[in-house]
Amino acid sequence: MELALFLSVGAIAILGAVGVVTLRNAVHSALSLITNMVALAVLFLMLNAQFVAIVQIIVYAGAVMVLFLFVIMLLGEKAQESRERLPGQRVFAIALGALLLAEIIYVAQPNLLPGLPGKATTDMVAQGGNVQLVGRLLLSDYVFPFELTSVLLLVAIVGAVVLAKRKL
Amino acid sequence: MAETLAIIFVKCGAILVGLLTGFAYMTWVERKVVARIQVRYGPNRVGPFGLMQPVADGLKLLFKEDIMPAQADRLTYILAPAISLIAALMAFAVITIGPAVNLFGREVTLNLADVNVGVLYVLAMASMGVYGIILGGWSTNNKYSFLGGLRSAAQVISYELSLGLSLVGVLLLTGSLRPLDIVQAQGGYWLGFIPRWFIFLQPVGAALFMICAVADVNRAPFDLPEADTELVAGYHTDYSSIKFALFFMAEYINMITMSALTVTLFFGGWQGPLLPPALWFSLKVLVFLFCFVWLRATLPRLRYDRLMGLGWKVLLPLALANVFVTALAVVLKEMYF
Repeated sequence: MELALFLSVGAIAILGAVGVVTLRNAVHSALSLITNMVALAVLFLMLNAQFVAIVQIIVYAGAVMVLFLFVIMLLGEKAQESRERLPGQRVFAIALGALLLAEIIYVAQPNLLPGLPGKATTDMVAQGGNVQLVGRLLLSDYVFPFELTSVLLLVAIVGAVVLAKRKL
Repeated sequence: MAETLAIIFVKCGAILVGLLTGFAYMTWVERKVVARIQVRYGPNRVGPFGLMQPVADGLKLLFKEDIMPAQADRLTYILAPAISLIAALMAFAVITIGPAVNLFGREVTLNLADVNVGVLYVLAMASMGVYGIILGGWSTNNKYSFLGGLRSAAQVISYELSLGLSLVGVLLLTGSLRPLDIVQAQGGYWLGFIPRWFIFLQPVGAALFMICAVADVNRAPFDLPEADTELVAGYHTDYSSIKFALFFMAEYINMITMSALTVTLFFGGWQGPLLPPALWFSLKVLVFLFCFVWLRATLPRLRYDRLMGLGWKVLLPLALANVFVTALAVVLKEMYF
């Protein structure tokens, strides 16, 4: 049962990812990306990570992709057709892609990532609740990366304001 | 296992039948109430008090010719109404209409799924439902529809933030996202007669939530994606027959879900004296459905820039302030009492 579910959801996720790069129409590509993200959310759900799954849907499949679609639609089809190419783009893309694939294959070897369970066990989740546990970990063990991320986001916001309002 | 599956199927059926009947009669209620407010009679020809009107409308829509614009993007055109309706139906899965009851010697919870992230799940489904509107507007290749779709995208981004933040206050007070826990935290009375509803502890949060909920389901005065005075009918201009009906269903079912969520979060859910819990819940939901109709009949539509200004410059700062004050109060209470 679980294997069948995993295989089908995984297949949907991969199909979505392939669709993003192969479909001609930019709106269709965005739709494939949404499919991919929702499939990832289901995978999170199967790992008992309900909170992460819902956040994946609200933030990525919801807010981020709505903005993507908004921009794609606003620019219209003309902007999609102009295919600017950097010199040697294809060679670089293939080389970097192959490198990334090699890295993934290397890292995915069983002895490198043994798949040890993390700190939060299933019992802890059942006892303290999914959201509560994530919140506690974020503000205790992972507080430094967490705050660092918020600084990063702040920088992004300031950058966006500066770009949008040059004559402030 | 088989028994559990059977229970799930029965619950799914009950929710489907309940929501679709609710949708059908909501159209009747809306037409009657709006008519009364405008000093008219409303539908009164089909059956007593026009009660068979929804059946007649449904049959009419089913048998209408289904016209697809020649330039439409076929797949997205067909998918869009389905996405809208599926998201609307799925959102109701976590709404809890009463405490667990004992049926035929088994504990049965009165919701489909009792998940740890309940309230967030409703928001997630609401944010999925928007794609129906955006894609519907885009796929028909009609500029009015397209403008409706774009507006919907911008509106949702602006109001979903405040919607999410407005309920953080309630979550801080209960320490849980499960509808069951939230309702149970509102049990009992202050001074023996004031119900301990969160509306009294979170008045700002409740007001923000209700305003954003109206914007989230695209109802007047925030029905900019439809805006029939400027955009013909907005995103569903080029939809006919049953596909149009699916959009219509999604909007009304979202109204029911949002009303149910308001009742759960701020008005004590199913709790009340004398009457059975599920009945109390339905009555409270009906009050808010009436408010939706009342708003539509009373308020003019906002201008688009005003809508954006309200969302970003008024609602969002208020919601953030509400989260800050509530969090401070919760911490102070833990420290000193």
